[in-house]
Amino acid sequence: MYAVRRWVVRHSRGFEFIYRVFEPVIARLDPVWRGIGYARVERPVTAVERAVKGFLFDCKMCGQCALSSTGMSCPMNCPKTLRNGPCGGVRANGHCEVKPEMKCVWAEAWAGSQHMKNGRKIHVVQKPVDYRLRDTSSWLRVVRQIAERRVAAQGEQK
Amino acid sequence: MRFDDEPTPGEALPILPGHVSPGRLERVLRAGKFAVTTEIDPPDSADPDEVFKRAAIFDGYVDAINATDGSGANCHMSSVGVCSLLTRRGYAMVMQISCRDRNRIAIQGEILGGAAMGVANILCLTGDGVQAGDHPQAKPVFDLDSMSLLEIARGMRDDAHFESGRKLAVPPRVFLGAAENPFAPPFDWRPHRLAKKVAAGAQFIQTQYCYDVPRLKSFMAQVRDLGLLEGPNRVFIMVGVGPLASAKSATWIREHVPGVHIPDSVIKRLAGAEKQKAEGRKLCIDLIQEIREIEGVSGAHVMAYRQEEAVAEIIDKSGVLEGRVPWYPGRDHGSTANPALQGELTHTQTEKQRMEA
Repeated sequence: MYAVRRWVVRHSRGFEFIYRVFEPVIARLDPVWRGIGYARVERPVTAVERAVKGFLFDCKMCGQCALSSTGMSCPMNCPKTLRNGPCGGVRANGHCEVKPEMKCVWAEAWAGSQHMKNGRKIHVVQKPVDYRLRDTSSWLRVVRQIAERRVAAQGEQK
Repeated sequence: MRFDDEPTPGEALPILPGHVSPGRLERVLRAGKFAVTTEIDPPDSADPDEVFKRAAIFDGYVDAINATDGSGANCHMSSVGVCSLLTRRGYAMVMQISCRDRNRIAIQGEILGGAAMGVANILCLTGDGVQAGDHPQAKPVFDLDSMSLLEIARGMRDDAHFESGRKLAVPPRVFLGAAENPFAPPFDWRPHRLAKKVAAGAQFIQTQYCYDVPRLKSFMAQVRDLGLLEGPNRVFIMVGVGPLASAKSATWIREHVPGVHIPDSVIKRLAGAEKQKAEGRKLCIDLIQEIREIEGVSGAHVMAYRQEEAVAEIIDKSGVLEGRVPWYPGRDHGSTANPALQGELTHTQTEKQRMEA
């Protein structure tokens, strides 16, 4: 919802904090996910993720969430689905070239990133979207990557 | 300027040390000259002569010609097609690639094809939305954005592989460009966005139309402070300019063309003039001269939509070439001395020159 997603961007720092707290907790539960099987939890987790992020961010389930790099403003709401910043068509009032009634998603992203602790991530070039990951859980993938990195690091220490 | 190693027209120049492309534009920019580029109006026609005719009106006044890729989301002859015709004659082309109409498979193929035909410069663009053009019912593609396109193109050139990682036998030797609009919000982000484009691979920038010099100055100051104009990965900034036909058309452009910012003062100046079209050209000359004085500006990109015939005159009167005659077919063998060398150019002379060619 447009109003909710704009409210979220205004409180991007809070959401950044929530993500920072919950990410390691869910990552710690890796043995649980592994026990049930990542493939089996994929569907219910995707459903929850879609509902939660859909409500908060108007998430489009691209499956490779970039919110932490985009001031908590989902780039897939940009009509050009830009992943790296605004186009040159932003109107003088900060609204979208394609949808004049909507604030530019990237103008919002810039404002959101300014409140965030790690807001500088907005300056890092993002890879293009991998369309195979559409409608899959971004949360599970991140959690799995964190767990795998931890295992690899432990392996190196031994 | 004449290079010692001039090739047969249609063949590539040798690549100089520290250069990435066999192109004239890169040479002019790296030599520290004030470069001038323009835009050819692609025909709604399959007639190649129309393309040659439309390019010839710039002869002797521009270092490279941009071939637009469905600009304003309007359908015209493709940038690849226009480049294919003009590179055969030896013209230096800037092939524009927009992300609006093709996915990464098509675009990477186009980069290879363009480079093979002698395109030495590629301008990576996001592209206007389809709602802006004559086919608003079309599917917007936007598989890539201008930044990821830059990164992929650089990867093809420097690392000789596609985005997929598959190897290229011979990489495309292209000078990579991007657009920037210092005149659209969020203003405080624009210089940083430019830095991001440079990080992604941009080596030259052609900006959106500039009618607001104070805004450009503050933008350029920030770009300098970010260190983007120094070092081996420096970027060359060419500022977009163009003549406005009348106060009425300026008002229309401001309201309907995405990203063009025209201050009230400019519209007033045009409205107050007796001959608005002439005043528009004079304003354009004034802008080029003002822009040239700004530290860090490397050139001008003259976009004279539907006034292409005025480009030579505008550049001539601005004096920015300082007597330099950019290459054009027949320059080094032609019987007619270039009008620019005589220090004076009239519209009829370009017409005559065109007829003779």
